[in-house]
Amino acid sequence: MATREIAGKIVQVNDEGFMTNPSEWDKDIAVALAKEEGFAELMPEHWRIIEFCRQSAVNSGKAPTLRQITTGSGVSTKDLFALFPKGPAKKVARISGLGKPEGCV
Amino acid sequence: MTEENRKIAFICSKGNLDMAYPALVMGWAALGNGIDVTIFFTFWGMDMIRRLRIDHLEIAPVANTSMKMSMMGVNTGNLGIPNIMGIIPGMTAFATKLMKSKMEKLEVPPVNEYLQMLVDAGAKLYACKMSVDMFDLKKEDFIDGVIDIVTAGDFMDMTEGAQIIFI
Repeated sequence: MATREIAGKIVQVNDEGFMTNPSEWDKDIAVALAKEEGFAELMPEHWRIIEFCRQSAVNSGKAPTLRQITTGSGVSTKDLFALFPKGPAKKVARISGLGKPEGCV
Repeated sequence: MTEENRKIAFICSKGNLDMAYPALVMGWAALGNGIDVTIFFTFWGMDMIRRLRIDHLEIAPVANTSMKMSMMGVNTGNLGIPNIMGIIPGMTAFATKLMKSKMEKLEVPPVNEYLQMLVDAGAKLYACKMSVDMFDLKKEDFIDGVIDIVTAGDFMDMTEGAQIIFI
């Protein structure tokens, strides 16, 4: 398992750059990962989704799918795609320190 | 990221419930990965976008060699549903209900809702002009997400550089 430094911390990552140990994640890491994904800063609306994903992963052990995010957090599909443009599926999961979502919906 | 400019276009030509899902599932996955999605509905595929039909797509057991008795919960292995049974009134409705309930258990949304999700995520929907003329339809017959009725030539123009999947 590879490791890398993000926001001054050494964390475990897989070969696609997703963190493999969610407990190593913190908000500084999220901000740093978001920068890599092209977000200058994370707004409260972003955090709401990230926190939902974190909580969902605590309950299920994996990253929520996009539909689980919209139905579970109450954010609309339109807003989700506007907040995380050009493909929210991997971006949200990566910034949240989770693996790629495994479901198809 | 090579995916940034990737484009996929689906041509939906079937109106059966089971054939409605491939473009929806793949289109949603594509949008989630930042891939541009265009869907062109032609012939029976227009049932997926017709207000009158969208909530009433069905799957028929007749002449479907993959549909087995075991799918109805009877442990009969490879034994098929006899076509003669498939023609009994209500069998199509029964098979449709069965499929819908299985999809619901997997948290797969119904076609109408799924298509709206795709539109909200940026998918562009078009209806085929020749089919529209043939079935005597108008733009008002389609759900709101349908942008326009276009010719095959228009479709070719708008999908330049796209990967095209015919369903």
